[in-house]
Amino acid sequence: MHSSLSLSFSATSSSSATVFRSRHSFHAPAPAAAPLNLRFCGLRREAFGSCLAASLSRHLPRRPHTAAVSAALSDNGSPPKSFDYDLLIIGAGVGGHGAALHAVEKGLKTAIVEGDVVGGTCVNRGCVPSKALLAVSGRMRELKSDHHLKSFGLQVSAAGYDRQGVADHANNLASKIRNNLTNSMKALGVDILTGFGTILGPQKVKVGSSNKIVTAKDIIIATGSVPFVPKGIEIDGKTVITSDHALKLETVPDWIAIVGSGYIGLEFSDVYTALGSEVTFVEALDQLMPGFDPEISKLAQRVLINPRNIDYHTGVFATKIMPARDGKPVLIELIDAKTKEPKDTLEVDAALIATGRAPFTQGLGLENIDVVTQRGFVPVDERMRVIDANGKLVPHLYCIGDANGKMMLAHAASAQGISVVEQVTGRDHVLNHLSIPAACFTHPEISMVGLTEPQAREKGEKEGFEVSVAKTSFKANTKALAENEGEGLAKLIYRPDNGEILGVHIFGLHAADLIHEASNAVALGTRIQDIKFAVHAHPTLSEVLDELFKSAKVKAQKSTPVSEPVAV
Amino acid sequence: MKMASLPNSQTLSFSSSLSTLLPCRRLTAFPRRRLSSFSVEAKIREIFMPALSSTMTEGKIVSWIKSEGDTLSKGDSVVVVESDKADMDVETFYDGILAAIVVADGETAPVGAPIGLLVDSPEEVAEAKAKAAKSAPSPAAASTPATPPPPPAKSVSDAPTKTVATPQAKKLAKQHKVDIATIAGTGPFGRVTPADVEAAAGIAPSKSNVAPPASPAPVATTPAPPKAAPATSSPSPIPGSSVVAFTTMQSAVAKNMVESLSVPTFRVGYPVTTDALDALYEKVKPKGVTMTAILAKAAAMALVQHPVVNASCKDGKNFVYNSNINVAVAVAINGGLITPVLQDADKLDLYLLSQKWKELVNKARSKQLQPHEYNSGTFTLSNLGMFGVDRFDAILPPGQGAIMAVGASKPTVLAGADGFFSVKNKMLVNVTADHRIIYGADLAAFLQTFSKIIENPESLTL
Repeated sequence: MHSSLSLSFSATSSSSATVFRSRHSFHAPAPAAAPLNLRFCGLRREAFGSCLAASLSRHLPRRPHTAAVSAALSDNGSPPKSFDYDLLIIGAGVGGHGAALHAVEKGLKTAIVEGDVVGGTCVNRGCVPSKALLAVSGRMRELKSDHHLKSFGLQVSAAGYDRQGVADHANNLASKIRNNLTNSMKALGVDILTGFGTILGPQKVKVGSSNKIVTAKDIIIATGSVPFVPKGIEIDGKTVITSDHALKLETVPDWIAIVGSGYIGLEFSDVYTALGSEVTFVEALDQLMPGFDPEISKLAQRVLINPRNIDYHTGVFATKIMPARDGKPVLIELIDAKTKEPKDTLEVDAALIATGRAPFTQGLGLENIDVVTQRGFVPVDERMRVIDANGKLVPHLYCIGDANGKMMLAHAASAQGISVVEQVTGRDHVLNHLSIPAACFTHPEISMVGLTEPQAREKGEKEGFEVSVAKTSFKANTKALAENEGEGLAKLIYRPDNGEILGVHIFGLHAADLIHEASNAVALGTRIQDIKFAVHAHPTLSEVLDELFKSAKVKAQKSTPVSEPVAV
Repeated sequence: MKMASLPNSQTLSFSSSLSTLLPCRRLTAFPRRRLSSFSVEAKIREIFMPALSSTMTEGKIVSWIKSEGDTLSKGDSVVVVESDKADMDVETFYDGILAAIVVADGETAPVGAPIGLLVDSPEEVAEAKAKAAKSAPSPAAASTPATPPPPPAKSVSDAPTKTVATPQAKKLAKQHKVDIATIAGTGPFGRVTPADVEAAAGIAPSKSNVAPPASPAPVATTPAPPKAAPATSSPSPIPGSSVVAFTTMQSAVAKNMVESLSVPTFRVGYPVTTDALDALYEKVKPKGVTMTAILAKAAAMALVQHPVVNASCKDGKNFVYNSNINVAVAVAINGGLITPVLQDADKLDLYLLSQKWKELVNKARSKQLQPHEYNSGTFTLSNLGMFGVDRFDAILPPGQGAIMAVGASKPTVLAGADGFFSVKNKMLVNVTADHRIIYGADLAAFLQTFSKIIENPESLTL
């Protein structure tokens, strides 16, 4: 993890920030698992290395489209002269949906191709159903906590759950959101074309097996990702599962091993322990929750791991996982991550593989336009324009979301899609990935935006600026104490010289909702000396951030003039 | 490990509850120190692992802020300790020189264990170091590092023999200082479960208000057969003895037995002549009626007239007159003890009761009793008469008002009111009751009624 960070810094350029962010995004291949995963990052680093080189080599022409188009023309014959659509999006996940809505708003005739179900991973097999399970686990946790209830003066005799009822809640939520997405696109006049999309050539896509060919002026690839399963692991969907299966909650095993302690693994550990399972984490790196700010992960471990029915093995790879069969439990063979010596064998009732996600780009026809994926990821520049094998931009072709691997988060995909639509409608736009927040919905939640403290310090050293850290505790917040949820920390990493926010990390009640004040400030370039004058309702959790901004020691003065007083 | 560094425990006493560095009281009577191990080490103070929170049992040294040889003044932060809650700087109460670090960075020590040595003058450093060296082999390593339980070194080959314990079981074992390798696992695939550890540690299962779909907790009554007495609280079992973990049933029995100690009980005995009953039994036996059914029916009929004996007191503030008379009958099954319940024993006739009883016993043997079939009793009957026991005394199961212990019916010489001796069959019954709700007179009256029913058993067959 760290080595890749430093590398991206060594390639410092104007676009390095974007590239850099993609690497520590904790949605990204949860830096959790095996050597595979590390190599995963490694290769992506190369991918970005070359993509950086590419964009640098063809740097200054601000709109390199002309050059690129001519290149493509000479390669591939002529593109169609008139088009069925202005914009065709392959993949109706959250990224494609966001792009489609924005395209309609911009007046583009838009179609979206979906080979599976509308909503993609997030809605059907990811963020959405997992939130339903986590909502249940949060309540179970409260009802189970005698100590917590007693401190409220509440008495609850016996909390129990019905597994099928919980599973149904998750499933119902997914179908509700899926219908909402479908209806919103239909209502706006977006054509939903059913079938797998294959790129035949520039601006030309075949939909499904019916040989229906659709042309579009611009094409966005938004095909997303699938769970990544390292080799040696045999998924049977019953006792050795991925998040796809786990979200259906067909069983609640007594004891489940979770391979990977990234955000997926963490969220599932929250669900399973609340429902009565015991959990064993298997983590390839030396500590749990890599990818989070170290201070946050330490605190999170104290609250989310140590007091719960969880143990863990760190610095080990699961080289072989065999499903339960012939009356034997699930067997997990562990080797030492460094020495590769066999270390232990675990016998558990189930294993959840949460070692990150791999891009879903097979069968997309990328070879038809001379694009070579980097371990499955579609190489793109900072404007999501696809780069071909020769380092040249493929005209009118963009790739957003998990398929490009920049930042594997649903809302990042959507933001990238909106950015692309802005570009194809004539307004240059580069998305600042450092302003994209991320959240892990454990109880309590973890959220973050921007850099971690070590990353910020490294950057400060390279670029010669000072880095300061301010912290506030949820223990001092009235609302948190009223909820008896004083456990928590908010951390601000900033430049004391100019008040720039470099990163904010929150661990505590409703952290995922609280982060947006910080991420909006980063996106809009608001400085601490300005935002600290904004008023927060009392008593609310948002005062945690208010305190945080106020406790920062910034040398610069308030930049904007005080606005005219308004009589009320 | 704590003791190893304390060759002279008068000099170095433990102090336990203060929150920061806990230098012990020292003995200043002796003017000079010598190296002999039992001489005075007056000026060597031990720095203890502090208790940073009420729940902390051990702490991990995050880092020593000071190094060996550093001079400390009162109030200096010396070491950062990680507790179950937070990292905290620990300060010294004394001036001095940090002579030796006993527990190094990253290692763990129990609360109260020495983690470093403090001396007054440079000359004592060597002495303290020697002392630290003596205690060195023991620290921390002995009591397993805080984080993941060390896996057995080699795995694949010796997999069948190693102990598999669930995360929670390991945590509990550590907390209660139980060696997990000595516990026989009863969980799936022979793994050690949290319940196994709790049973081995001799504690009641941890309270949780999560209701499992069906809790197979048999209600225990009479003293369990004295087998597999847990030898856990004694420090070391006699060589050659074997430690046997409680089964789920044994744990449940143990829990109920301990719980019964909170109820003030008393006992009343009563002799009952059974000639008429025996005659009746001979008559109805061919029709499949069992003695258990007869006794349950008789008790139920007596309970109808004395509802307070069928009442239960749960919290000591009020009590409940139960609307049904459900007679639980203790049976020994497969080395365990369970109390199938004859529900509405007063309403069913002897034949139905007998039939019902057979069903229950069969279910109990095949472990198929539903919870309501063993935990809905309002009164318990325990009969050891068939073993020739003439009288015994039963422990009141939690949640019930009374339990009846029935002895054997034996021919006895009786002196009648008319002055004639006669030989009649007599059995002794002994009832244990909750004196919070059932008083002596209540119980005596109940027993009198019961005895009348037994002595005139015709009413039982009506």
